[in-house]
Amino acid sequence: MRKISDWGNYPVIEADVAGFDSVDELRKKLQRPGNVIAFGNGRSYGDASLQEKILLTRRFRKFLSFDSATGTLCCQAGTLLSEILEVFGPRGWFLPVTPGTKQITIGGAIGADVHGKNHHVDGSFGQHILTMDVMRTDGSVVTCSPTENADFYKVTIGGMGLTGIILNATFRLKKIETAYIREETVRAANLEEIMDGFEASSNWTYSVAWIDCLAKGDSMGRSIMMRGEHATEAELVDAKQKAAPLVPKRGLSMGVPINFPNFALNPLTMKAFNFAYYNKCRPGTHRHIVDYNSFFYPLDAIDDWNRIYGKRGFTQYQFVIPLEAGREGMRKVLTRITESGLGSFLAVLKLFGEQESFMSFPMAGYTLALDFPISHKAMELFKELDAMVADYGGRLYLAKDSRMDAAMFEKTYPNASEFKQIVSMLNEGETRFASLQSKRIGITD
Amino acid sequence: MKNVLILGATSDMAQAFAKKFAAEGWSLTLAAMEMDLLVPIASDLKIRADAELQIREFDATKYDTHQALYDSLETKPDAVIAVFGYMGDQIEARTVFAEVKRTIDINFTGMASILGIIANDFEKRGSGTIVAVSSVAGDRGRQSNYIYGSAKAGLTAYLSGLRNRLAKKGVHVMTVKPGFCNTKMTENMDLPAALTASPEQVADAVYKGVQKGSNTIYVLWMWRFIMLVIRHIPECVFKKMGL
Repeated sequence: MRKISDWGNYPVIEADVAGFDSVDELRKKLQRPGNVIAFGNGRSYGDASLQEKILLTRRFRKFLSFDSATGTLCCQAGTLLSEILEVFGPRGWFLPVTPGTKQITIGGAIGADVHGKNHHVDGSFGQHILTMDVMRTDGSVVTCSPTENADFYKVTIGGMGLTGIILNATFRLKKIETAYIREETVRAANLEEIMDGFEASSNWTYSVAWIDCLAKGDSMGRSIMMRGEHATEAELVDAKQKAAPLVPKRGLSMGVPINFPNFALNPLTMKAFNFAYYNKCRPGTHRHIVDYNSFFYPLDAIDDWNRIYGKRGFTQYQFVIPLEAGREGMRKVLTRITESGLGSFLAVLKLFGEQESFMSFPMAGYTLALDFPISHKAMELFKELDAMVADYGGRLYLAKDSRMDAAMFEKTYPNASEFKQIVSMLNEGETRFASLQSKRIGITD
Repeated sequence: MKNVLILGATSDMAQAFAKKFAAEGWSLTLAAMEMDLLVPIASDLKIRADAELQIREFDATKYDTHQALYDSLETKPDAVIAVFGYMGDQIEARTVFAEVKRTIDINFTGMASILGIIANDFEKRGSGTIVAVSSVAGDRGRQSNYIYGSAKAGLTAYLSGLRNRLAKKGVHVMTVKPGFCNTKMTENMDLPAALTASPEQVADAVYKGVQKGSNTIYVLWMWRFIMLVIRHIPECVFKKMGL
């Protein structure tokens, strides 16, 4: 037994954890009856990978094949995005989709069907999976793809590990000339301006905004938009960068301070941080060449940044509201959040593109993600926000969630009841894939 | 290009060694008992590091195969790292002698067999590095793991003697005592983070030790100190402790 938690350090549980090195070993471990769930690198925020019995996938992280002509990579599902970038970045390849941390496993990326700053162009991570092998509770291995066992493929993407343990996956990396991003930062004085900004940026491959969730009144929603394209070799100016274009070096970045952990988190310090961050970016449009680590993964530079929230832990409230309701809905939700004064400095706004999938979070519309230290007040606030989000036809991101109730899940995920049936059909033996989250939101009992 | 032979190449530590040495430009010979684990490890290393490598089946307790295995290597290694080991079940070992024997067969006899063969070749050649992973458990017998500990103590003594013999012949022998390490063996335990090394840390320390010609390395400095204290507790006190 071992103490274990996901990234939000809430909840923390005692679990029986075990890893596996081979398919045979995993099959043997699955013969033990009971509830079990896969656990990758613990970067989902709540309890999606927690259970009394946990199978750690991180040992299962070998590269199995790579075609350097097409960039097609097959790797075991415990491989981290960072491990892929480390090896293939210098050879001129990048991930087709990446979230704001590279410390996640391929299995987790598929199970949560993660998205990135290019969702409006390239969709979610799962859409790039050409084929994958998944082990079911009875130890059988299903190879699935958009054409082979297509139904199983469809429910496994975004299926939060409830259909089986993903063993390996094949997907195509994206060719890059340099490890740099040609970035533009644009300051927006309020919510209207930033939403206009997103709608005017749809031809950029990458776009995201940091939003000050403490600013009220006329400046509510003031933000800094960051949009970018992979820089070509010709676009590099710095001599050092030109000398080794595929080796990421810190370029001119906005400089996320790496001494966050020393901050005491209270409304005053957070307000001060947000004020400084916002005002550091002067009005207008600014162009920089930044390396991909600074652009995509500013927080990965701070090891264990989740610890700044201390023992109480934290959660990230991430919701999406469909485009039709976007402006009004976002204004209403944001007003409630700023009134509460409970949010912290990490708030991210993004406009998703269209997405058709069975269980995945993204939909055409605005998504906002915001960290909250765990508190009774925050939990009360979330209930109010849930009601608003559901009213506007939106939903919450399962990978971030640690507290939503079953009613909310059922109301907001259109395939919730069908998914529930599928999972119970797949789980018919003595061993069942289930997480604390799947029980809480009523997918498993 | 220098070649390193890694014996017991499927363990976490061994994989970290392979990555480190490949990254430093060495070619690899990986030997292990479980070929179904070794094959993906080899494909990974080839893709990851473009490593030049060959794989071999190796069973520490099949002593009579060791000479043939070594003879079969087209490229004789410049360095060998023996990583294989067996922790065993100390409680079971109290009543099941087979468990005691297996622990000693792998951790001591297997090591003495294969390293003896390699030592003779290196001695003849007048060069080479022999690294073996022993354990802090061999520094003093404790009730919780004295079977494993005594086999490792035997190995530590063997290596110290081998070093004494080969130092004059240009052959470097290094004993590694990793302390706690984050490996499969320990994944279900709450280990004190400050005393626990990652396999990569062990690999870096071993590579450095090979370059420097170190004799015995503890990966984290605290362990040298801790074991110094544990070794010096008077027996009359030690025997009453629950270590």
